[in-house]
Amino acid sequence: MDLTWSPEEEAFRAEVRTWLAEHVPAEPLPSGDTREGFARHLAWERELYEARWSVVSWPARYGGRDASVWEWLIFEEEYHRAGAPQRVTQNGIFLLAPALFTFGTPAQQDRYLPPMASGAETWCQGWSEPEVGSDLAGIRARAVRDEAGGGWRLSGQKTWTTRGAFCTHLFGLFRTDPAAERHRGLTYFLVPLDAPGVTVRGFGRLDGDEGFAEVFFDDVFVPDDAVLGEVGEGWKVAMATAGSERGLTLRSPGRFLATASRLVQLWRRVGRDADPALRDAVVRGLIGAEAYAAQTLQVVTRIVDGARPGPEASLAKVFWSELDVALHDTALRLLGADGELDGTWMRGFEFALAGPIYAGTNEIQRNVIAERLLGLPRR
Amino acid sequence: MRFAWNETQQSFAATVADVLARACDPAAVRAVWEAGDGPVVLPAWAALADLGVLDALVPPDAGGLGLQPVDLVPVARVTGRAALPGPFVEHTFVAAAVLREPGVRATAALGPAGPVAHVVDVEVVVTTDGERLVAVGRDALRIEPVRSVDHSRRLARIHWDPAAARELGGPAEVAAAFDRGVVGFASQLVGLGEALLERTCRYVTERHQFGVPVGSFQAVKHKLADVAVALEFAAPLVARAAWSLSCGDPLASVHVSMAKAAAADAAELAARHALQCHGAIGYSWEYDLHLWLKRVWALSRTWGDAAWHRERVAREILEVPDADEPDGEERR
Repeated sequence: MDLTWSPEEEAFRAEVRTWLAEHVPAEPLPSGDTREGFARHLAWERELYEARWSVVSWPARYGGRDASVWEWLIFEEEYHRAGAPQRVTQNGIFLLAPALFTFGTPAQQDRYLPPMASGAETWCQGWSEPEVGSDLAGIRARAVRDEAGGGWRLSGQKTWTTRGAFCTHLFGLFRTDPAAERHRGLTYFLVPLDAPGVTVRGFGRLDGDEGFAEVFFDDVFVPDDAVLGEVGEGWKVAMATAGSERGLTLRSPGRFLATASRLVQLWRRVGRDADPALRDAVVRGLIGAEAYAAQTLQVVTRIVDGARPGPEASLAKVFWSELDVALHDTALRLLGADGELDGTWMRGFEFALAGPIYAGTNEIQRNVIAERLLGLPRR
Repeated sequence: MRFAWNETQQSFAATVADVLARACDPAAVRAVWEAGDGPVVLPAWAALADLGVLDALVPPDAGGLGLQPVDLVPVARVTGRAALPGPFVEHTFVAAAVLREPGVRATAALGPAGPVAHVVDVEVVVTTDGERLVAVGRDALRIEPVRSVDHSRRLARIHWDPAAARELGGPAEVAAAFDRGVVGFASQLVGLGEALLERTCRYVTERHQFGVPVGSFQAVKHKLADVAVALEFAAPLVARAAWSLSCGDPLASVHVSMAKAAAADAAELAARHALQCHGAIGYSWEYDLHLWLKRVWALSRTWGDAAWHRERVAREILEVPDADEPDGEERR
């Protein structure tokens, strides 16, 4: 047990903090889930990239700094502490990239990683379909072999695709073998959204922003090198991504520490006049954020020791998503009647409510915990 | 940065677990229950003394092992798992470390501790007169026995003549001793919660209704998953608090209170769902489950319950003005 940072890590933190203090926009950017806001966020991503902060943990040849996972954690903590803009590139950088590093060919890594780091290409996730949510292995969108063309022809529909209307590319699962057991007949594809036959229609999320899209595939041709991993191995590749989405990379503790810190500041401003029970609720939120941070240090230690993320990620997913809702709910109750205003805390609350739903609903996560960690019998 | 127990800490806990597996089965816990306030040999106590566990925090020059609280967290967790009866935390984390007299059996009561556990089992009580940390010999105490829901706790309210108290330190020593005790209880609560979760998982796998194991129903699975989540996130707070105490972190008391609040809530949830998932068998006196349930109910309350500790965090954190970003507006 050694919970101290090395002088090198402290120096890294100081460098991050200094740069962010000088560069984070003084005024919040418009929502990254609108067309205009997405463009403004991409300009910010470009600034991050040019200073080599967009993908700190990646190799230098792809635009990173070869940062350790500890330094990555420090970067994330400072990023959220500084109130820096949301990462509209996160689905590529945090969800697809880990799969590319694990399953991609060198040619695919060289092709896709640099423009992902710079924000020149942006990625959305094509998993959910109108009839496929929690039961992800039931995917209906199909890919049919095109021997003559040397590739595949995609058809079907994806939906609830975050920022699909603004992104340039989609990574998704398609059924390549309808006869195989349903988990084995899936393949992971990398698809440019300007390919002929692709139609994208944006639609509003709970908060009204056009953050969702449905994506239609009408006999869309993609070449063989659009397959990530082996044909028929899509489930395995996707689950590697799911580990990232549920756990560490998408929801670093810095985010909740920053939200808890702002909640404490809100309490200092209005809390003394509010319901005394909210004092306890604020502290509960603070303890939750600290618990998530401490547990993450434990998880990262295991990763440094060589462990692979497994079903433990489901514990974290349930915890952070419910913590995020609780933090925002407490803030809204502190605001009293003004809580109904369409302000930053309400926007945050609406976003937090998505947490228990996406990346596998918390009901699915509890099944994973019960069956795979606690060993309870399947149905 | 390294958030993991080292080999020494793990093997120390494993050794204690072996001792407890032999000497502290549920029958041994029940024997303490049934002794009332009468004489009883506390299970495993002699073996723990032989291992040096009971004097682990005593400096080597005074005959102890010279360990830090953080080294003992895994051991305390193991004693919680076994529902070890006796003043393990009061003695080892609190009293022995300040008495520095190896072999002297002691208990302790500090802060909002409430009645004192195991006064009848010790020679000395470490407590406070409101300001000083003091030791009072058992002979100088007027003992008023009270019964805990956990009969094995052998509780009493105590009264003593200030003249009979030996001073061990001032307010700083009181605060440090209190925090060490709280961390010890928090770690035991995590162990108790884990034991309850494991027992319950075994039970719902074996128990069949409607032709299937009851653990195959989602309503049962989701309750136990929630327990697993609560314990997973309480345990690191306990480790962090012990680390902070051991290295003198200025926020150590805040970390300690966070740990007790989270561990008490997690263990209470484990107790609640364990009983519900066992059904009527768990509600039966002859069945052992309630030995763990009642220890949770006792330890979650003693030395400050979760609400008391959250209020201590509130006083330290919320009341401090912070010039940095004073508006509490969230930005994304």
